[in-house]
Amino acid sequence: MTKTSPATKADTSRLEMESRNATKAQLYEFWYYFSQNKGAVLGLIVFTLLVLMAVFAPFVAPHNPDVQYRDSFLVPPVWEEGGKAAFLLGTDAVGRDMLSRLIYGARFSLFIGVVVVSIALVGGIVLGLVAGYVRGAVDTFIMRIMDIILAFPSLLLALVLVAILGPGLVNAMIAIALVLQPHFVRLTRAAVMAERSRDYVIAAKVAGAGHFRLMFKTILPNCLAPLIVQATLSFSNAILDAAALGFLGMGAQPPTPEWGTMLAEAREFILRAWWVVTFPGLAILITVLAINLVGDGLRDALDPKLKRS
Amino acid sequence: MFRFLFGRLGLLIPTFFGVTLVAFSFIRLLPGDPLDLLAGERGISPERKAQLLEQMGFDQPLWRQYIDYIAGIFQGDLGTSFASKKPVLDEFMTLFPATAELALCAIILAVCLGIPAGIYAAVKRGSIADQAVMGTALIGYSMPIFWWGLLLIILFSGILQWTPVSGRISLLYFFPQPTGFMLIDSLLSGEKGAFLSAVRHLILPSIVLATIPLAVIARQTRSAMLEVLGEDYVRTARAKGLPPRSVIGLHALRNALIPVVTTIGLQVGVLLAGAILTETIFSWPGIGKWLVDSISRRDYFVVQGGLLMIAGIIMLVNLIVDVLYGLINPRIRYN
Repeated sequence: MTKTSPATKADTSRLEMESRNATKAQLYEFWYYFSQNKGAVLGLIVFTLLVLMAVFAPFVAPHNPDVQYRDSFLVPPVWEEGGKAAFLLGTDAVGRDMLSRLIYGARFSLFIGVVVVSIALVGGIVLGLVAGYVRGAVDTFIMRIMDIILAFPSLLLALVLVAILGPGLVNAMIAIALVLQPHFVRLTRAAVMAERSRDYVIAAKVAGAGHFRLMFKTILPNCLAPLIVQATLSFSNAILDAAALGFLGMGAQPPTPEWGTMLAEAREFILRAWWVVTFPGLAILITVLAINLVGDGLRDALDPKLKRS
Repeated sequence: MFRFLFGRLGLLIPTFFGVTLVAFSFIRLLPGDPLDLLAGERGISPERKAQLLEQMGFDQPLWRQYIDYIAGIFQGDLGTSFASKKPVLDEFMTLFPATAELALCAIILAVCLGIPAGIYAAVKRGSIADQAVMGTALIGYSMPIFWWGLLLIILFSGILQWTPVSGRISLLYFFPQPTGFMLIDSLLSGEKGAFLSAVRHLILPSIVLATIPLAVIARQTRSAMLEVLGEDYVRTARAKGLPPRSVIGLHALRNALIPVVTTIGLQVGVLLAGAILTETIFSWPGIGKWLVDSISRRDYFVVQGGLLMIAGIIMLVNLIVDVLYGLINPRIRYN
């Protein structure tokens, strides 16, 4: 029984190669559909540029984001009257270069997105898998808790959680992750319930696969498509919510060059210096828009059942 | 139908108690004890503290406190604001009309623009107009509304000077407010120009708050419409020679609107979260601003009460939408 005959060995390697080819074909097909959507490709390009900018911020940014140039308070952008060539997008109220702060700000926003989505995704998948696979009282318990979280407006709950944990970037991320989590739980649970009675799952069960293997290796990979789309949506929501918390003074604290926090600092100059208000918000909008474009494209490419809306 | 209604109500009860538990735990989870936080750095004498703890019931065991809290809720007692010394529920009731007025105007704006825009995009599928509408909707959907509000203030209040920056009505007017809805009260007051002033104050906040629901409704209407337009009965209606106007307006729209109604109901949460930001930007004296201010001034009974009331409103609206949905679409009822 343990000894494998040469014939089966050849079979296995052929099977492996076939499955590798199938994955390749799937990827190719995915890219074909994704690239049909021009908006999605544009979003992907912008997003890639943002990531590069964030990673190489120290090399791209013309100034240190925290240095205050005492002779250059509220200098307008270079094309306006009184602008200085050294400060392309002008300076803020304490003489810091806007462009450099925006470039460094990309680091925070993308970092927030990655961390929040990772926490919400992992937590949501585990809870959703357990709820959908085990069912019964465990399922009811988990889903009722998710209902409770969903009964509050996400921003309000995040605000209150931050009030408990204390203002700051890390706590804001935890709060937002917790608020976004129920969507992942619901999606995973629904997908698991649809898959668990399929033949391949029953076959794996008959072949002796344990619960853990059934949940994570057999069922989960077939539930990933909607989760990937939701993760993209949550990525942009996380950035928006974190910026909103920063704006309300409950997120990243000054002098952190987080975009929402920058907007909060700029509010009092709104009628005197348009650039300190305009650029941070524009940065948020462009980032979120790029991610949402990618999300729409992913949905089209991964789930042909969902029509483009 | 009654079974359906009671089934939905039955689902709501555990959620409601969960929500009360969240609101209840909120004050108890704060680091340190609430009285020390309130007293600040000056501190208070131990005797006074013990007296206050007893007065507020914090000396009781937790389960006892929770039962008292629930009993209070059913008698309409949500605690007292530290800052104003007024009952939380009274404050909520005074401020709620301001938020309701803003939210209603926003949702009316979103529905009146979003549904026609979605229909138009669906009918002209693939055209430049469709792409323009959907592109705009995606921008609206991605908009950080707190920034959008600031931009509108710069343009319309700063440069053009068309609209006021903040508040609900000009300080020149003073009249009784029997309904709390400024548009109605200003009309009732009979003061010249008061109504116009109220409208001018309402325009920008409504636009800001409507932005995201508008985008969501337009996107949802378009996709629902596209789905319906591909159905057989629409083809039949076309084939028997009905003019496009009645095919779209009568046959297609009616069924396309069913999922849109749900979407509109779901916007209540979005509106209340948006109200927090919108009211803060425009100094709009509603519950959103009240809650943010209370969080920063550590008026925790207000936050606790506000959390409960807002979650209650959202749950109630979701229930109404569910029931309405069951009424429009009988298939759901027996599922």
